[in-house]
Order: sequence, then structure tokens, then C-alpha cells
Amino acid sequence: MPALRPMRHRLRLRLAAAALVGGVLLAGCQVQPWVKPYEREHLADPIMSFDRNPISSSYLEHVFEVREGSRGASGSVGGGCGCN
Amino acid sequence: MRQSSWRMRWIPAIAFALIAVVQADVLPDDRSDVLYHHFEGGGITVQGPSVLIRKKVGDAVSFSYQYYLDMISSASIDVVSQASPYKEHRTQQNVGVDFLHNNTLYSAGYISSIEPDYNSKTAFLNISQSLFGDLTTINFGYTQGSDAVGRVDKGVVQPFRADADRKNYAVGLSQVLTRNMLLGLNFEVDSSAGYLHSPYRSVRYVDPTVLRGYSYQPERYPDTRTSNAASLQLKYYLPLHSALDGSYRFFGDTWGIRASTYQVGYTQSLWNHWTLDGSVRYYTQTHADFYSDLFPYANAQNFLARDRELAQFHSRTFEVGASYEFHPGWPHFIEKGSLNLDVERMFIDYEDFRDVLDTQYKAGQEPLYTLEATVGQFFISFWY
Repeated sequence: MPALRPMRHRLRLRLAAAALVGGVLLAGCQVQPWVKPYEREHLADPIMSFDRNPISSSYLEHVFEVREGSRGASGSVGGGCGCN
Repeated sequence: MRQSSWRMRWIPAIAFALIAVVQADVLPDDRSDVLYHHFEGGGITVQGPSVLIRKKVGDAVSFSYQYYLDMISSASIDVVSQASPYKEHRTQQNVGVDFLHNNTLYSAGYISSIEPDYNSKTAFLNISQSLFGDLTTINFGYTQGSDAVGRVDKGVVQPFRADADRKNYAVGLSQVLTRNMLLGLNFEVDSSAGYLHSPYRSVRYVDPTVLRGYSYQPERYPDTRTSNAASLQLKYYLPLHSALDGSYRFFGDTWGIRASTYQVGYTQSLWNHWTLDGSVRYYTQTHADFYSDLFPYANAQNFLARDRELAQFHSRTFEVGASYEFHPGWPHFIEKGSLNLDVERMFIDYEDFRDVLDTQYKAGQEPLYTLEATVGQFFISFWY
């Protein structure tokens, strides 16, 4: 009997994952954009970019990483240089 | 280990399912940047150039290359108290490619960092997909790195070699909330193993047999470190062509460090050509479990650290920047350019790292160390 519990647990997790995948696929077909393309003028402005100048933001990220014990979750692509 | 391995198999499956919801993504703009950076503070000066070039080939592929040089002159409190000032160069080169295929953006790249006593090689892969009418962008990233640690003594490379490996998993989401508001969420797991400390750095312990009251011994770190970081960022478009942004990041790792980063920024466009930026950043962290400014005796515990990067401290950083956009007219393939200047003032107040250079105090009673630094960047950008 105890052997069935891990099997049921795996099955439940697989069903949950399948439901998540299916839900996303269906949602992508049915969700209507609540901000229409002609309403996105402000969002397209360069000042609304999260990273307007990658060469500058990557340098500042390096400055802070070298002096602090934390790193990551900045949204930049790539995991840093690993330099000391 | 068995349970976590099969969970990991589902992560790429879910990722690719999300990617199957077909929406458009775009390649980054063609641009080049030439930057000069300068850091000064705490007895350290680091300066040098950086160049970033990005160019599309056809409609589906974009290549990028970045060169970065640090010219370091260091007489920091650690260097002066335990060794002697030094100068060295660190060179970093990044190459990357972005590939747009079936509305999915694949990014891959390689980073090489070389300095006399530390070589680092990093490779990364990122997949980005827009969903729900381009209102949502989700990305998954994987990074793997390999570091070779050496030692240089009085300019001579020593026969010392140790290795460290890194793996990083990242998930990010960018969401349009309203016609004026964007949300960014990021989560990263970072795992390092191997030689994770410095062959030069030492810790100090109480030693009544010497006049100054303490002696030094080499630091000892655990050979593994796993960390989690999560951030939230909001950007809001304001009237009069301006924007307000705020962010919060939390960090925690297996070394016991807990850190929070708070940042608020403001951007203002003026007279069609100027863009002004200002921001305030507040950072706070707790010390690592095995950190101490002064251990009670030699070999007081299995792991020992006195690196101020692992100490308990808080910092404030104030930033102002200005950018001027222009249209050069020649050469004709350049659409526009910008001149940019950015200056930051950083103030770090350590709460358990003391200034050992102030020798008028008994060991352990020296004043807490503070650091003030100025960071400057000047760069010119071209779009073509």
C-alpha cells in the first residue's frame, strides 16, 4: 500500500501539470488583449523600457555585485561574468 | 535528489508549452555603444572602456559583441592591512546571437573574463515568448560557468590553481497592466560549487600574545552555495512625457545572507532631445553565518570569513543622468545617436566590519568602516 502513495502523488502532479499546460494553451486562444494595439503609444516610448541602455545597466550591475553579497533577478540575459 | 530530478523534467515541458502559444517577439535594435566608466572609492580606482555592437543579419538573426576593460588600482582597507597596493587589468568579452524562429526568440552567448589570477568562462541560453496579444512576455534562461582561480604574489604568478563551477536558472515575466503601466517579475536560482573564497584574504582572531591584540589566518568558506533571488518592478507613464519606476528585490542563500534592494527612479523627457534620469537605491543585507569581524581564537569554527562583502551593512546610492539625442545626417546609415552621462554616489555603512587601520583602538573596538564612492559613466550610442 505505501508503494501506491508515491504513484498517486506523481499522477496528481502530472495531471496538475497537464491542466496547467492545457489551461495556458486554451487561455492563449481566448484572452482578448485589454490594451488594444492603438492604445500602446505610451508603452512603446523608450522611457518605458525596463533596460534602455544595456551597456550601462550591465556595468552598474557588475559594480553592485562586486561589493554586495547578493546578485541576480535583475532581468538581464546571461548570468554574469563570475569575475571576482 | 530523485524527487527533484523528475520535477526538473517538467520545467522545460511547461516552458515549451508556453512557447507553443504563438505570438510575436522581435529582435533587439541595431546599435553600437562606446562607454567610459570610472569608479573611485575606498582606496580603489577602477576605470576603462567598454564597447557594445549589435547588428541584425536578415530578418531572423542578430549578433552582438561586447568588450570591457577594468584597469584596477587597489589600495583598499583589505589590501593595505594585509598586503600592499597593486594594479591589474581585467578583460571581458561577450559574444551573443539572437534567433527569431516561429515567433520565439532564442538567445545564446558566451562570456570570457580574464585577469592575472582569475579566469571565468560563462555560457547562457535564453528563450523568450510573447503571449496574450503581446501583453505578456515570458522568458526562461540557463547559465553555466566555470572559473579558474589562481594567485599572484608581487607580480609573479604562483603555482596555485583551484576551480569553481556555477549554474543559474532564471524565469522572467513582463506584463502590460494598463495603457500606462508595466510590471516585471524575475526569479533566479544560482548554485556554485568549488573554491569560492579568495586565496589572499584572511580573517582575524583575538591573540593576546601580540601587541596589536589579534592575528590573521586564511579564510575558509563552504564549497557550495545556493541562492534564490526574486524581484518585482513597476513602471508607470506620467503626463508631460515622464515615467516613474519602482522595484524591490529579495535575496537569500545557504550562507545565511538575507538582502533587500529598494529602488525608485524618475525619467523626464524634455524638448524632444533631452532625457533626464534620477534614482535612489537603498540596500540592506545580513551577514553570512560564518562571518565575523574578530573571531575569539584561531580556528574558532569550521568556516571563517571576514570579507566585508559578506558583512552586515546597508547602503544608499543616488543617481542622476542626462542623455541628448541627435540625428547626425552623416554617415547616412546612422539613424540617430545619443550622448549620455550618468553619475552615482554610493554610501556604504558597515555594521560589523571595523576599520583595522585605525590603530589607536583595542582589537574589536575600532570604529565601524564606512565607504563613499563615486561611479561615473559617459557613453555615446548610435542606431543604424
